[in-house]
Amino acid sequence: MLAIARVRLGKITPIICILFAGTLLAGCGINTIPTLQEQAKAAWSEVLNQYQRRADLIPNLVETVKGFAEQESKVLTDVVEARAKATQVQVPADILNNPEAFQKFQDAQNNLSGALGRLLVVVERYPDLKSNQNFLALQSQLEGTENRIGIARRDYITSVRDYNTELRTIPGRWWRAILYPDAEPMQNFTVAEGTTDVPEVKF
Amino acid sequence: MARMVLRFGLLGLALVLGLWLFPAAAQLVFPELTGRVVDNARLLTPDDRAALNAELKALEDKSSDQLVVVTLPSLQGYTIEDYGYQLGRHWGIGTAKLNNGVLLIVAPNERKVRIEVGRGLEPTLTDALSRIVIDNAILPRFRAGDFAGGIKDGVSDIVRVLTGDAAEVEARARARQDADDSTIDWITVIIWTVILLWILYSIWRSIHYTPRAGQRRSSGSVLDSSPSWSGGGGSWSSGGGGGGFSGGGGSFGGGGSSGSW
Repeated sequence: MLAIARVRLGKITPIICILFAGTLLAGCGINTIPTLQEQAKAAWSEVLNQYQRRADLIPNLVETVKGFAEQESKVLTDVVEARAKATQVQVPADILNNPEAFQKFQDAQNNLSGALGRLLVVVERYPDLKSNQNFLALQSQLEGTENRIGIARRDYITSVRDYNTELRTIPGRWWRAILYPDAEPMQNFTVAEGTTDVPEVKF
Repeated sequence: MARMVLRFGLLGLALVLGLWLFPAAAQLVFPELTGRVVDNARLLTPDDRAALNAELKALEDKSSDQLVVVTLPSLQGYTIEDYGYQLGRHWGIGTAKLNNGVLLIVAPNERKVRIEVGRGLEPTLTDALSRIVIDNAILPRFRAGDFAGGIKDGVSDIVRVLTGDAAEVEARARARQDADDSTIDWITVIIWTVILLWILYSIWRSIHYTPRAGQRRSSGSVLDSSPSWSGGGGSWSSGGGGGGFSGGGGSFGGGGSSGSW
């Protein structure tokens, strides 16, 4: 009887010890790196999502503008081409740790931002178009999307900063060396002059 | 050696204190969430505020959507889009589960207005609809200098959009009830009751069983302690019963639309 109890106790003790050690370690940051990593990845998904949303809006916008401003084919073609390029850019799985792919993605999106900005400037010359209900709706959606892209990028920048800081400071640095050697610092956005401006829209 | 350690320690302490007291200087300062109508730019009369408050409360009771009207004397150099979503996140308007908060922001000095829509309401109160509300209900009145009228019309239009789909509104209200059905409130009530009873008991005991020696002193301590306790209790009950308004942790992702006049 006593022997059985002792055996049981002997089996249970290590489990209790592990559980105890687990909660103790969780308190000193063993989970911080994976947590921040997931947050940064989620923020990145939001960035992709909002860029996709913008790409989805463009065909409709181009069609509407075409109806009123056929002669602006150069600007319209630019937008269509920039959109095609931006959507064709392959987003590899490791884009966040791959500076080249990240830069390529960013350039394509900045290019599209620039083309869209030019289109919205041209539109100013067409009062009929500017009072068209369909165009107004599309324009407000585009503005909203640009705003969302800006916020998504800022959120991503913040979460990557937190993650990268955790990797480079103690105790995150120790945890990385011991348990997460695969955790690499992630790429962050750089602001290219002029190209990332939100297309300005006047009423 | 010891002196050096002490000096470094003091230096470190001063540094930490300094960082704690003066966080990053360029940080946004947000107004306090004093209610459903935060009229810091003083555009509304008390009657207007009361009427708006009733309308906004009715909306929340019906659909669980939180709509807050805020007027700002300054945007602190930020664009209204930048300011709006950060204010929404700071206050946490809307529930954390549904993200169903909306802000109507008016900055009269910058001549800007914005409807900031929480993530959960973006499909209902779309950017295009927000633009329509701003263009048709708000801006014409603002241009004529009628801020109260523009805000009231804007609010009733937003409410109309938000309550347009009865089925969806009901579903959201149901989801909020689910979120509210937690046992935490009962636990709090029980804990408070126990603490209250214990305090009452100790007061009762100190009144009835004071030892003869040092009688005056102990009765004095009762007198000293009881006013401070009742003051604390009073402030607590006013916080609970005064219909205090707070956000539920809703998030904002930049939905909505802006206009200027």
